[in-house]
Amino acid sequence: MNDFTYHAPTSLDEALAALRGGGDGAKLIAGGHSLLPVMKLNLASPTDLVSLAGVPGLGDIADGGDSVTVGAMCRHAQVAGSAVVQARIPALAAMADGIGDAQVRNAGTIGGSVAHNDPAADYPAACVALGATIVTDRREIHSDDFFQGMFATALADDEVVTAVRFPVPARAAYAKFANPASKYAVAGVMVADGPAGVRVAVTGASGDGVFRVAEMEAALGASFSGEAVAGVAVSSDGMLSDTAAGADYRAHLVTVMAKRAVEACG
Amino acid sequence: MSANGSGIGASVKRKEDTRFLTGRGRYTDDINLPGQLYGYILRSPVAHADIGGIDTSAAAAAPGVHAIFTGSDMEGVGGIPTGWLIHSKDGEPMVEPGHPALALGKVRYVGDCVAIVVAETREQAKEAANLIDVDYQELPAVASIEAAEAEGAAQVFDEAPGNVCYDWEVGDRAATDAAFDEATHVVSIDVVNNRLIPNAIEPRAAIANYDPATGDYTLYTTSQNPHLIRLLLGAFVLGLPEHKLRIVAPDVGGGFGSKIPHYAEEAILTWTAGQLGRPVKWTCERIDAFKSDTHGRDHISTARLALDADGKFLGLHVSTKANLGAYLSTFATCVPTYLYGILFAGPYTTPAVYCEVKSFFTNTVPVDALRGAGRPEATYLLERLVEKAAVELGMDRVEIRRKNFIREFPYQTPVALQYDQGDYDATLDLALKASDWAGFEARRAESAARGKCRGIGISTFIEACGIAPSAVVGSLGARAGLYESGSVRVHPTGSVSVFTGTHSHGQGHETTFAQIVSDMLGVDFEAVDVVHGDSAKIPFGMGTYGSRSLAVGGTAIYLAVEKVIEKGKKIAAHLLEASVEDIEFENGSFTVAGTDRSKSLGEVALTAYVPHNYPEGLEPGLEETAFYDPLNFTFPAGTHVAEVEVDPETGEVEVVAVTGADDVGRIINPMIVDGQLHGGLAHGIGQALLEECLYQDDGQLQTGSYLDYTMPRAADLPSFNINHNTTLCTHNPLGVKGVGEVGSIGVPPAVINAVIDALRPLGVNDMAMPATSQKVWQAIQQAQG
Repeated sequence: MNDFTYHAPTSLDEALAALRGGGDGAKLIAGGHSLLPVMKLNLASPTDLVSLAGVPGLGDIADGGDSVTVGAMCRHAQVAGSAVVQARIPALAAMADGIGDAQVRNAGTIGGSVAHNDPAADYPAACVALGATIVTDRREIHSDDFFQGMFATALADDEVVTAVRFPVPARAAYAKFANPASKYAVAGVMVADGPAGVRVAVTGASGDGVFRVAEMEAALGASFSGEAVAGVAVSSDGMLSDTAAGADYRAHLVTVMAKRAVEACG
Repeated sequence: MSANGSGIGASVKRKEDTRFLTGRGRYTDDINLPGQLYGYILRSPVAHADIGGIDTSAAAAAPGVHAIFTGSDMEGVGGIPTGWLIHSKDGEPMVEPGHPALALGKVRYVGDCVAIVVAETREQAKEAANLIDVDYQELPAVASIEAAEAEGAAQVFDEAPGNVCYDWEVGDRAATDAAFDEATHVVSIDVVNNRLIPNAIEPRAAIANYDPATGDYTLYTTSQNPHLIRLLLGAFVLGLPEHKLRIVAPDVGGGFGSKIPHYAEEAILTWTAGQLGRPVKWTCERIDAFKSDTHGRDHISTARLALDADGKFLGLHVSTKANLGAYLSTFATCVPTYLYGILFAGPYTTPAVYCEVKSFFTNTVPVDALRGAGRPEATYLLERLVEKAAVELGMDRVEIRRKNFIREFPYQTPVALQYDQGDYDATLDLALKASDWAGFEARRAESAARGKCRGIGISTFIEACGIAPSAVVGSLGARAGLYESGSVRVHPTGSVSVFTGTHSHGQGHETTFAQIVSDMLGVDFEAVDVVHGDSAKIPFGMGTYGSRSLAVGGTAIYLAVEKVIEKGKKIAAHLLEASVEDIEFENGSFTVAGTDRSKSLGEVALTAYVPHNYPEGLEPGLEETAFYDPLNFTFPAGTHVAEVEVDPETGEVEVVAVTGADDVGRIINPMIVDGQLHGGLAHGIGQALLEECLYQDDGQLQTGSYLDYTMPRAADLPSFNINHNTTLCTHNPLGVKGVGEVGSIGVPPAVINAVIDALRPLGVNDMAMPATSQKVWQAIQQAQG
């Protein structure tokens, strides 16, 4: 790991100033569970780290009636254990409870996860399936527009995610097949029946990051049952492939996980 | 021997755990010496290359850097030796190429040591190392056995044509061929034993010091066998006499075999400390541990079993190819030979057994012992083959085993070993009962109703532990003896220090050995301390591996205690004015037989150190040492049953039950024994289902971190159902055998046999380790066409 300057701002404005002051070499750090491992391997060598830990107002979960707003610095364990999330969107609480391991869940944040947009992270599937809105220091971005391929988002270089707002669905569930070593999603499917209709969002499988499966959504719109998606195959073209799961296996798992998520919706 | 609350047979909580669990263990990396510098080892990023040149000028000018050494600096220093000479079938000795501690002219694997940078801080050393410019002129690499033996393959060493180190055999080939001629059935199998990365929780570390005032060297290192390191480092590498080289292996956080070998880093650090006259410390990062700790296993085998019409085994023929990696690690050559080929009788009466092993150099990390070391490889092959024979012959898989069990002891196998004792029916019966083998079909049906495929698998096995005796292993090529030492020092007020040549790195010796001594001497368990790991404190000993510590080291302690008691009797006889022959020792008291006249051990010990009223001609003091060279291996045995549930949609395998019925000899501490079994079973399930070290064809390590290399987690394991049936070892006084490797030897074939049993209804008849979900899914897809 190379030397860097650590900034500990106590307001969003200070954070933005530090981020801008650091230029191309500056990176925000929230829980650090994606950034620190790549820094240790010298795969990323930021010159400036701007911590959001001391910025107030980013760690709250608010019940908005037809939506739940989760502050960007909420840890996965906080989301999993939140009475509001458990009551309004239990699928989201359950998903957060299945991220990584206990250490990861106690350090990693929702804001960090969506801003990083790891193609195997769980939150992008939840955001897209639930039709979430990503709130930043300056605007609101619908998740359909926010995630733009592997590690790419609509965020500007100096833009900070402050919260994620999830519409409350009628029903939703997440099913994940995890990599046995890393526990990242090999195929994670969030199915939600919400205000924008039925949505099926897949993470972990594609080289382009989270994606929706239109054919499954149409099938579920006609008949919301596991059987409706069990026969819908997704193409292995563009699927990720590694030692744990090749493209064909991943494509197969997408269908299996989609079926299980639908069945878990009850 | 008297049973007391903390004596032999009691589940005493481990003495050492208080410091381990409260963060007060003292591991090598916890040690800091005044004036120490930090070393960073620059490793080769390529698998095979000529080194055109090394430019260290920029690194030497970097902040904090004191010195940089490369292979040419160490050219006059001896290479890293190997500990066992194997002879090929034709009588020729194995090819034994040199292993320079720092690469000289060539690198041979990703991770090979290229340079050491010594700086004020760890970070400075590492940053400076990044500035070293090495001109790697890349050569084609061989990263697998198949690549190494291919025609026209790249040569790892010019002196090893075809990359062959040796072509070894054991057993009577002609007799085995004749058995196949008579056979009614012949069953064949091809198996791969997957390559594993050991992953001890404590990475390797070392800190070396040279004292110019005395000329003494001290090396603190993460080793399972400090005296062995002193022998190899002192006599073979640096040319230092033993009295000038002290090796300390303090608390060590797991070894599993990977901390047996003498590593290049130990030589580099010690030599560098001598050059600089200052202590130098090195701690391996986890990412470097993956590519520099010795790996384990990596065999490709084909085997045939000859059977008569009734299913009696007539002959077994095994051909194995083993990957040794880029250099010969300390016990690399004996693991796939004398710890493997001689296991192929298993628990069976097979009258003719032949095994040949061809071992290859490749451009991969050196391969050495890993928990079980050779015996898991043999057991896996044999128990897969026996299972396959049952299926092909339409026999019950329990009955085929029972039909062939050895029941008369001692039993001379056709592959060198002589088993002293065992009761294989008893452990089999126990395992069948404890696992409810008979009730399995109901459980299979219940799983099927949930859409799952359930399978059950069995493995009946023996292992050979406590490798010995020295004269025999010497005749087979070992370059060291395999005895053990123990010293027992009774202090003037009756407390006891025990010095053992074995080393504890998770095994709980400080507790187990204290229990033996406490029990024998009748002193409080708390009054007995066990000292190990420091060549300046303990008598010469061979260390801990191969489940030898209790059977060999424990026996040495036992014999030393007996000597203490014999001497104590002389002192007591003098004090009690009785004849030595009339003195009995029990529960810590020396008593004149048939009287109530007695002296306590404490009184006798005090007299030994304050010998005012003392037997004429007897030396003062109460301290005895024994060296014990066993007459034979010990032969733990058992039956393991695994039950799995496969999700046919995803290929996921869940181990739902594991039952062990084990005969590990006399049990000193049942809790420690069960803990050892649990750890071994986890290790074995890891190999069967999860762990696999993969290399790309160019020799780059694909599974170089925990992102890709799957270690077993608690959630991957069921609660283990452990049962014991004990027969005593006949040739050591405690009747002990060994337990540390049982799980990793016995359970992998039981798990794979269970997976195949689960999938057979779907048309799947074979499965390779590790049975990952993808592999299982693919096998189902293939079988279903």
